[in-house]
Amino acid sequence: MAPAPRSIKASVCVAHLHIITPEYHILYTDHTALLRSHQQGINSVTDDGELSTVCYRPEGLDHLMQQTNFSKKELQILYRGFKSECPSGAVNEETFKNIYSQFFPQGDSSMYAHFLFEAFDTKNNGSISFEDFVMGLSIILRGSITDKLNWAFNLYDLNKDGCITKEEMTDIMRSIYDMMGKYTYPCMKDSAPKEHADNFFRKMDKNNDGVVTIEEFLETCQKDENIMQSMHMFDNVI
Amino acid sequence: MAAGVAAWLPFARAAAIGWMPVANLPMPVAPTEKNKRQDELIILNVSGRRFQTWRNTLDRYPDTLLGSSEKEFFYNEETKEYFFDRDPDVFRSVLNFYRTGKLHYPRYECISSYDEELAFFGIIPEIIGDCCYEEYKDRKRENAERLMDDQEDNKDSKLPNMTFRETMWRAFENPHTSTMALVFYYVTGFFIAISVITNVVETVPCGSAPNQKEVPCGERYTVAFFCMDTACVMIFTVEYLMRLFAAPSRYRFMRSVMSIIDVVAILPYYIGLVMTDNEDVSGAFVTLRVFRVFRIFKFSRHSQGLRILGYTLKSCASELGFLLFSLTMAIIIFATVMFYAEKGSSSSKFTSIPASFWYTIVTMTTLGYGDMVPKTIAGKIFGSICSLSGVLVIALPVPVIVSNFSRIYHQNQRADKRRAQKVQKARLARIRISKTGSSSAFLHSKRNGLFNEALELTQLPYKMNFSDQSSIEEEQRLSKSTSLLESQHHHLLHCLEKTTNHEFVDEQCYQQSYLEAGLQTYPSRSPSLSSQDGVTGTCCTRRSKKRHTPLPNASAQAHMHPLTHPHAHQQGLQELSTIHIQPLSTSRSSLNMRVDEPAPLNCQSGQITTAIISIPTPPATTPEGDAHPPAGPAHQNVVKVSAL
Repeated sequence: MAPAPRSIKASVCVAHLHIITPEYHILYTDHTALLRSHQQGINSVTDDGELSTVCYRPEGLDHLMQQTNFSKKELQILYRGFKSECPSGAVNEETFKNIYSQFFPQGDSSMYAHFLFEAFDTKNNGSISFEDFVMGLSIILRGSITDKLNWAFNLYDLNKDGCITKEEMTDIMRSIYDMMGKYTYPCMKDSAPKEHADNFFRKMDKNNDGVVTIEEFLETCQKDENIMQSMHMFDNVI
Repeated sequence: MAAGVAAWLPFARAAAIGWMPVANLPMPVAPTEKNKRQDELIILNVSGRRFQTWRNTLDRYPDTLLGSSEKEFFYNEETKEYFFDRDPDVFRSVLNFYRTGKLHYPRYECISSYDEELAFFGIIPEIIGDCCYEEYKDRKRENAERLMDDQEDNKDSKLPNMTFRETMWRAFENPHTSTMALVFYYVTGFFIAISVITNVVETVPCGSAPNQKEVPCGERYTVAFFCMDTACVMIFTVEYLMRLFAAPSRYRFMRSVMSIIDVVAILPYYIGLVMTDNEDVSGAFVTLRVFRVFRIFKFSRHSQGLRILGYTLKSCASELGFLLFSLTMAIIIFATVMFYAEKGSSSSKFTSIPASFWYTIVTMTTLGYGDMVPKTIAGKIFGSICSLSGVLVIALPVPVIVSNFSRIYHQNQRADKRRAQKVQKARLARIRISKTGSSSAFLHSKRNGLFNEALELTQLPYKMNFSDQSSIEEEQRLSKSTSLLESQHHHLLHCLEKTTNHEFVDEQCYQQSYLEAGLQTYPSRSPSLSSQDGVTGTCCTRRSKKRHTPLPNASAQAHMHPLTHPHAHQQGLQELSTIHIQPLSTSRSSLNMRVDEPAPLNCQSGQITTAIISIPTPPATTPEGDAHPPAGPAHQNVVKVSAL
């Protein structure tokens, strides 16, 4: 399929033709078409009150190759996995949390999954399309160290205001500690996330103004050997 | 791991980058694919039909034939495909299981062939999805019953080692086993019939002498009837005693319905023998003879249908009870109404409400004897309403009972389903175990020597120390023990542990360490420690030696700072409890270390305590470190600290 310009593509799947936005190829299909037990895609109520599922289709392979640092084969593998779990082409937060929780059976990963979702959902429209997904992954796996650190900073900065406050960091820490669950050794204390956050602040916040800015963050991380090394650890997951 | 979710593991691992800047410890090295294959299509040739799928798809379930290295046995070198000489139709379901994570049972398949295929490919049937599971279970049960019936027929051939008692019991239960049993069966049946007919004929008026009034035959031929009765009762008594003797569980036999009927059938005779000429109770004695009619119920041993009917009524008891209750309500209502309606009229037969009951019942069941009729207009109106409603109320239970009968007939077979409910719980438990096996698998792999992480960690600094032989062995062990997916997942969980400075443990260890933390509230440490050593749990091999007691006290306080824990006494003691815990895996080297090398531990305890306090759970570097003392204590310590 030739890469289409980002203009309106009028592809109509079934009779219910409603709004087609220019950005994505959104096809409104009959709701009986796609029914998976744990994935409903984006359900929207159309004008005549019928429930229809929205089907996203990503831009062409070449386009994505230009935008990300993945090879063609990698994109294919990624998309196959993505599509098998989310046949409608976009994943909403519920599904995201479900999938993520399967990897951490002992603890509660919903909070961290929520933060991740926020970080991936750059357009803030409540769903992650394949483009968002693959862009995020490209930064994490194929970006420069500065890009990765930037991404991590963006993850921690919950309200996206450019600096991390202690509360935000504590929230993040709590979400990470929640993933451990109850049965840990040593016993999980309630103050553990807060202490860890305080520790982090002590390390990062150079000018002691109570927030960590991106510059402080980058500076501290680049000086820490462990962090530098671990940032490269997952480079070959795909 | 679920099929589709396995595809998201790379994403989950990539997302772990969010933990990296906040972690204080270095992360374990990721497992690498030793021979990294690009995702390739493999061809599965099943009896000529070629299926193709990605290799990764099959790798999702490493404990099945297709997911493990077992399929290599079926690899055909010339055609470069895997050949299975099995049914291709069933294989479709099997392969779809890998693709979608759900196993479906096709209805047109024979249950035994399906089971065989599943067993061949190493898939447990409990994984069948909820959509198809009930059908599968039903078919399986039917099949099992059919086989059981066949078996029972075969079983009736003589088993050599049965005692006389058992033979007798079998003869009683199943008259077709031997000729004697059959004879006995017919003889008892004959005598039951004789006994019942005798009771009936006793009351028929026989011809009488012309000058006397008619007497029933029983009084005319008293002796004859008495003899007949005696003979029957003797036979019944003998039969009862023989059954009692042969019964495997006498107490249970005596409680069973049939034996009660037997007893009730013969008791009146004996009671009659005992109290023959007592005037007072002769009246009661007469009524006792009524119970002789219960002998007819003895026929139910001879008739299967009677038994089913009895069982049906017993099972319908609740419906019948409700029916009776609603009928009673209607009767009472109408009787009251009729009584008050007819109160005014003279010479009314409706003298009281209970007297009206009879009218109501007769009217509602549409019998209409006519011995009681309403005379007032109101009475007639209500009487007609009563009869109309009676038609409705009576017409209702008949289909209910009929449907009950058919329901119970099927319920007989569904009683097995109720047994299957318990199996259902077992099934769900099995599925849950296999699904959450990831968490226990992680703990399991951690406990079993952690060769993965140990290898990876030691590969960096210790590559020169390992001989090639041992490293290859270790790697082979690595590849055999866990699949790549599993090891990647475990690595991810391990990173989380490192980030949070806590370890995953199972519930047992958690309880134990919790208790220990409680134990440690006492200031005198040595007795608690000695008790602690006694509590060496086998689940958690993290118990240390007593000799660390003196040191931690001082160093604990000193080294509390890095973590900035609040210096609560309890807190401190909990930390101390962790100090005493030396994390050891159950690897051979670690056991050797514990037993053979107490001294080196002691002298390095300073550093150990430091390390342990700051991060309580270093994994298996210790065994590796201590297994290679020539590597240098400095190196060891470095390894420890860096690993911690």
